This record gives sequence, structure tokens and C-alpha cells, in this order.
Amino acid sequence: MTLHLDDVTLTYPDGDGRLTALDSVSLKVPAGTLTAVVGPSGSGKSSLLAVAATLVSPDRGRVVVDGTDTAGLDRAGKAALRRERIGIVFQQPNLLPSLTVTEQLEVMAHLSGRRTKAVRDRALALLDGVGLADLAARRPHQLSGGQRQRVNIARALMNDPAVLLVDEPTSALDHERGAAVLDLLVTLTRERGTATVLVTHDRAHLERMDRTVSVQDGRLSEPTVERS
Amino acid sequence: MFVAWRDLRFAKGRFTLMGTVIVLITLLVGLLSGLTAGLARENISAITGLPADRLAFAAPPSGQSVSFTNSSLTEDAWRSWAGRPGVRAAAPIGIRTLNASAGDRTAAVSAFGTEPSARIAPGSSKLGPGKAVLSESAAQELAAGVGDRVRLGPLEATVSAVAGDASYSHTPVVWTSLDDWQRLGHSGTMPKEQATVIALTLANGSDGSDGVDLAAGDRAAGTQTRTVDEALTAIGSYQAENGSLQLMRGFLFVISALVIGAFFTVWTIQRSADVAVLKALGASTPYLLKDALGQAVLMLAAGTLLGTALAVGIGAVVSGGDVPFVLEPLTVLGPAAVMIVLGVLGAALSIRRITAVDPLTALGSAR
Repeated sequence: MTLHLDDVTLTYPDGDGRLTALDSVSLKVPAGTLTAVVGPSGSGKSSLLAVAATLVSPDRGRVVVDGTDTAGLDRAGKAALRRERIGIVFQQPNLLPSLTVTEQLEVMAHLSGRRTKAVRDRALALLDGVGLADLAARRPHQLSGGQRQRVNIARALMNDPAVLLVDEPTSALDHERGAAVLDLLVTLTRERGTATVLVTHDRAHLERMDRTVSVQDGRLSEPTVERS
Repeated sequence: MFVAWRDLRFAKGRFTLMGTVIVLITLLVGLLSGLTAGLARENISAITGLPADRLAFAAPPSGQSVSFTNSSLTEDAWRSWAGRPGVRAAAPIGIRTLNASAGDRTAAVSAFGTEPSARIAPGSSKLGPGKAVLSESAAQELAAGVGDRVRLGPLEATVSAVAGDASYSHTPVVWTSLDDWQRLGHSGTMPKEQATVIALTLANGSDGSDGVDLAAGDRAAGTQTRTVDEALTAIGSYQAENGSLQLMRGFLFVISALVIGAFFTVWTIQRSADVAVLKALGASTPYLLKDALGQAVLMLAAGTLLGTALAVGIGAVVSGGDVPFVLEPLTVLGPAAVMIVLGVLGAALSIRRITAVDPLTALGSAR
């Protein structure tokens, strides 16, 4: 199992008490599959993503990424795990303004200490895969919203992650561009065998998923939809 | 430096502006350092050039510090030091500032009187009764050369040599024999004044570790001994002038560190969203700190290098004229190194904010 959340509870300080964001959540995502997480705003979808991304530690429970129990990792260890085994596709592209499209991908390899020509070749191949090979030298402000989102996806795949965490990737795009981005995610998940978790509000996406789970008040109800 | 280098190229305007500020501050510090050293040289070079381990001053009244102006020694003090075990040589030196003239030229000079046999003065072999050795500046100001007659107060002497370029209290030095110097008139309060200070050469060098009991020597001679460096504070004008200039220089260093710190504080705050994204993507905090600090060092080094080059260029032009300006590795590279060190410290204090950036903010942040 590539991503495994086991009985995870997460609380945040809230005035004098604590707010429960995730309540005994368990989720298993196998390699090469897409799992959609749906639910109303404030239900705990983003918290689930943050825990899976090791950006926040749960109060209780285990998070296992590609066989590594994150409970035993310090801050540097979690950063290394994010670099090497987790790809994050942000809701907004979050591209670095000073870098070209190619460099947005190359920086991922640089973070891992890889600085060879093969890095550039891989970045260009990924950009070709998302249809942006011609725009490799452009900077973020020279791209459309859909193009930026595709760079965001390609960047997440640069270090060949085992787990791909996708946060509402089509929320800022029109229907046509949103559908194209979703197609891309489905294709890449199948081709690369990533365990993909996709947080979405868009019900139209669900039929493309292998499985859909719903979050309500920090609790997971599953399976809402499960395709064979 | 992957991101930092590209930030430098992308935000050219901001970094050029800050770089210009660093260039200007470095230029100002460089010029001030050269000027400080130049003024100091005009003030103290005659003292720092003395071949002595210690200088003995007349002991001042209780509560006062030794000073060249107030020091007045008798022959007894000199003989007391000369006969002291461990003292290889004790040479009396008389110092007096007065007006000199040669033909129709006049100049304020400092007359230094020494025994010719003491080999204290440059061209000592040319010293003798009725003879004077002019420093180059004195010769230039008086337009006098070897064989010319110069008047030092009431004394008339023949220039026997032009040697060295010693200055004292911003006046060029004229060397005379001690006997001639004593005829210039008393400036001290002692009727039997023979000299201003005694230059002591110790048997085993300047550290005094050869068993010379300097305190006992002082008690016996009625003097207070100082190392040559300590003796510089006994030149009143040097202490006040050098202190003011060093204070200005110190303030400039502090200002530069604060300006650089302020710039990088704003810069770090501006790019905190980028930092959060990089952290979320797996960048370690040390990686980000090195990246940002490298950026600061690069900007500081480039700005300081350019500012120093400008200071050297301007210094080379002005030092040939009347401006007392010293262009030496210490006055050029010293301030540049301090600028870089303090600038890096200022930047480092600002950049440490990176450690507090929460990568969680990258999730859901809209940019």
C-alpha cells in the first residue's frame, strides 16, 4: 500500500479548547489508483492532505508513505520524504516567479542534490508530456492559468513520487481546461503508478476516479463511490 | 544558489538599488579610512618612526595623564635611565613646535632635538651644531635644500640633509642637535629642561621581559614610561581627531549593517510565500538559509568590490595632492572586509526568519 493513513486524529488549538479537524480517519491508497476526497468547505479535506503530505503531524494514528512510517521522522526527515516520495499539486500553481518553466521542474532535482544534464532532459520530457515543451523558457507571468497548472503537475512528478497529492487542481480553470488537467492526472497516475489523492469539489470528476471518499466534520465515510 | 541566483537576475531593479547603496557606503568608508590614516600619519609618524621600545615622560601631577606638551625632563632623569641595568640606550629627545623660515617662505614645523650619536634622526651623521636635517615636507614647504639657511625661532641653521618624511601634530619635522634645540627656549616649567621625552631601548626588546624594572626606573627618574603605541595618546590633537574619525567610521559600519539587514528583512518577508512553497516541496531549512545567505554574500561582495575600487581610484587621484590620504592594503581591504562581515551579520539576522516560515501556508495559498 503506497499511502496508508491509520486511525489518524488531528486537532488544532481553538480558543481555550481544541478543534478536531480529522477524527480517527483511516485511508489506504494503492499504487496506480486515484482516490477522490470530497466534502463541504471546512470538513477536513485540506487537513487530510496536509497530514498525508507530512506538513502537519497527527495527534494520534500513523501515516505511512511508500513503506515509511512518518512518526519516526524528524523535520529534516519529513522534508526529505516530501522531496523524494511525495508530489504535491497545489490548488493555485504556486510557481516561483523568478524561474522559467523548465527551472520550476529543475529546482526539484536541485533540492535533492542532483545537478546533471539528465535533470534537464527529464524536465523537458515531462514538459513535453504535459504539452508545454514549446513554453520551456517562459516565466509564470507569461503563461495562462491552465498552462501554469500543468507546470504545477509536471513539477510534482519531477522526482518520480510514489504518492501524488492534488488539491483542487481545476478550481481556477474553466470547464474545458479543467477537464484537460484531469485527463492528464488520470493518464499520469496510470503510467507512473502513483497513489493519487485528489481533493475536489467538482462532482463531474468523480466518475474518472477509482474510489471516492467523503469527509464530513473530520470523519471519513467510505466508500461513497467505488469503481471496480 | 539555484533560486537565489535567479532571483538576483529577475529582481534586477531591487538588487541594483541595494547594491548601489552598498557601493556608496563602501566608497564613503574607504575614503574616510584613507583620510583617517593620512591624518594620523601627519600627526604621529615622527613618534611611530622612533627606534625606541619605550618613551619616558615627565611624571604628571596626580590625576593628569602624560602628554608631550607638558613633559619636561632634566639631565638627571636621562642619566638615571641611562645607568639602569637592562636599558641598552636612553636618548633624550626635545620636541617643540615653532615657526621656521627660509628666504621668504615660512612654515610651522616641529623641531626634534636629539644627540647625533643616538642615531634617532634620519641622517643623524649630518647633525651637529648649527646644522638641521629637514624632512621632505619641511623642505618642500620652506623651499629649502641642502646648504640653504633656515631660521628656527631664534636659531639659525644650515640644512645639512633632507631625509625622511616625519610629521608631528600636523607639522613637518626638522631635526636639530639637542644643544641647538635647547637654545630654542624653554616651553616647560622646569628651569633645567633638557628634553621632552627619553627614548629607551631595552636590552631584550620592547616586551620588558628582560627583568628591567620599569616602575623602579620611573620612581628613580621621576618619569612615567609608555610603549610607543601608548605614547600616541599623549598627543592631544591625535586623540581627539582620530577618535572622532573612528567614531564616524564605526557609525558608517553600523549603518551599513542596519541598511542591509532592513533590505533583507523586507526581501525575506516578500518572498516568504515562495519559501513556504519550497519547504512544502521538500527544501530543507539549511538549504534555504544557504541559498539566501549566498545571495546576500554575492550582493555584498560585488557592491563592496566596486565601492573599494572607486575608493582606490579616487584615493590615487587625491593622495598626490595636498589631501592627507593613505592608500595601503590595510586602509583599502580592511574596511571592505569589515563591511562584508557586518553586512553578512545583518543579512543573517534578517534571513533567519526563513526558519519560521510554515510550509503549511503553501496549501491553499493563492498567488
